[in-house]
Amino acid sequence: MSSRVLMKGNEVIAEAAIRAGCRHYFGYPITPQTEIMNYMARRMKDVDGTMVQAESEIAAINMVYGAAAAGARVMTTSSSPGISLKQEGFSYIAGAELPAVVVNIVRCGPGLGGILPAQGDYFQATKGGGHGDYKNIVLAPASVQELYELTVEAFNLADKYRMLVMILGDGTLGQMMEPVSYRDAEQIETVEKPWHVCGTKDKRQHRTVQSIYIDPDDLEALNDKLQAKYRTVEKQDTMVEMIGCEDAEIIITAFGTSSRISRNVLRLADDLGIKVGMIRPITLWPFPSEAIMEAAAADSVKSFLDIELNAGQMLEDVRLAVNGRKPVHFLGRTGGNLPTQKEIIEKIRTIAGR
Amino acid sequence: MSRVEFDDDRCKGCCLCVSVCPKKIIALHKDKLNQKGFHPAGVEEMDKCTGCRFCAFICPDNVIEVYK
Amino acid sequence: MKKVFARTRGLTDKPFHYCPGCTHGIIHRLIAEVMCEMDILGETIGVSPVGCTYNNYEYFACDMVQAAHGRAPAVATGIKRVHPDQPVFTYQGDGDLAAIGTAEIIHAAARGEKITAFFANNAIYGMTSGQMAPTTLLGQVTTTSPFGRDAAVEGYPINVSEMLATIRGAVYIERVAVNNFKEISKAKKAIAKAFRVQQQKLGFSMVEILSTCPTNWGKDPVASLRWLEDEMMAQYPLGVFRGGDLEV
Repeated sequence: MSSRVLMKGNEVIAEAAIRAGCRHYFGYPITPQTEIMNYMARRMKDVDGTMVQAESEIAAINMVYGAAAAGARVMTTSSSPGISLKQEGFSYIAGAELPAVVVNIVRCGPGLGGILPAQGDYFQATKGGGHGDYKNIVLAPASVQELYELTVEAFNLADKYRMLVMILGDGTLGQMMEPVSYRDAEQIETVEKPWHVCGTKDKRQHRTVQSIYIDPDDLEALNDKLQAKYRTVEKQDTMVEMIGCEDAEIIITAFGTSSRISRNVLRLADDLGIKVGMIRPITLWPFPSEAIMEAAAADSVKSFLDIELNAGQMLEDVRLAVNGRKPVHFLGRTGGNLPTQKEIIEKIRTIAGR
Repeated sequence: MSRVEFDDDRCKGCCLCVSVCPKKIIALHKDKLNQKGFHPAGVEEMDKCTGCRFCAFICPDNVIEVYK
Repeated sequence: MKKVFARTRGLTDKPFHYCPGCTHGIIHRLIAEVMCEMDILGETIGVSPVGCTYNNYEYFACDMVQAAHGRAPAVATGIKRVHPDQPVFTYQGDGDLAAIGTAEIIHAAARGEKITAFFANNAIYGMTSGQMAPTTLLGQVTTTSPFGRDAAVEGYPINVSEMLATIRGAVYIERVAVNNFKEISKAKKAIAKAFRVQQQKLGFSMVEILSTCPTNWGKDPVASLRWLEDEMMAQYPLGVFRGGDLEV
């Protein structure tokens, strides 16, 4: 049994977090994601949780750091300029190996930019953003239903790996309404947290949650441990959707909102007699390089077309995976504009030469 | 009868205890070096100690314990 | 003979790394003693951000969380919201609390966050070797005010206790010093009162503690105490700025 309701993407994220056992939320208002915070302000009261409106995004992420250190399932949400401010906290969370969920409902930049949807934060999300050698798991939902599924999954992954998990949405996903089916109960994978601070109760040695290591060997040991963990994540939790790639001539690579638009184009191309498939990364980190490498090795595949709401960011990862075997074309829009189906079809016809 | 005990190896020779002792019986042992390389503080005429704890209160390094 | 002064079990055995005569050690001891005397050592969670005391998590025998520069009040907020019945404190220097972390301390106070901030004010950045702090006195020489702090160029010192005392959520604010037996005793009482205010969930509490930095002041430890009394206390008078009439 499940309940099916029509809800706005941002509110679904908030509801999903609560269903996943999140009882502590810290945020700062910013368009186009503030509905998450508004929803939390009302809903946390029902479930005996806390919603704190922080004085800044920096404070909010540090509250997340504290609550995670204290053993709680915790979340903050923001949009691009706010996420830039949170990078300090991301790096500390990685260094201290704390589980936390962060949502970025991306808007267009750079600078204050605008409030319309974009995917210009791909580099920042997947390559770091803060200082030091670290990775965050980055999930890229493409529907309101997936916002729900992946938000729940984000909490489980965060606890499993003691990592920050980011949900990289955009203004379109956050603001749109779609039906969502909720399960009656969530599969909450509770894990022991023998590292969290809760007071010694005079029964054990005192504990510290820290990211500072003055001894170079200690710090290198931490870095080695983090890298080993990241290799495990790559192996166990890379997620990708493949659509019609078997005998495709052109393969589109796209995530999130740009993948929604691209999905509609596959059938239109078929009508024109051009066989087009799509590889949609669901995890942007770890990036599904193997799926792309395999496609690049297939004889039927003549070229790739990467479609993004930016000037070409995931494009670099696609090119690394294709590794020169096939040409990789690009179609991107910026400033809050979306590529139209017509633009994409025109591009496909140009590439296919018919 | 009172007595103070100095944990020599914790001492950094800052002399704050020397400065507050009302009996002026604390001094640095110039003939000694501790593990840290400081001349540690100590008491020469213990029989004059009143156990007032001034030295222990001002010591930033938890060097001193007081008996009374 | 009875032992009338012993090392507190609120501190670990690890010797402090602080410079000779630095009074951070006294402040650490007082906080640790109070936690033991109030029997809250096993419940308390401390937060140590960046500064000379960055690694005091190795000294306090309670659970500790290391935080980014200036962010301790936000980190403490997160901890306190998860463990509302346990004492949570921050230990911050003047650069940390009054420069980079100004927003965090003011808003923790404004929310009436039930945490306690211990604010060690020594009028200088110690760890980075003696730069001008927000609390550096006019005329005071530092590596970044080498001709003495000039109000026309470097502005004025911030009196944090007086400033926070204007906020309703800050229910107990006192400035103390650790320069002699009497003041050290008063400092300890203030620390205990701050913890009691927190235990009774009355709101935010802060104890500002005037402290010395002999190394970066360029003075010997005894002369440093005199400078604290003569110069610092003139700018930063001791006293209770809020919550003097609180019976806790």
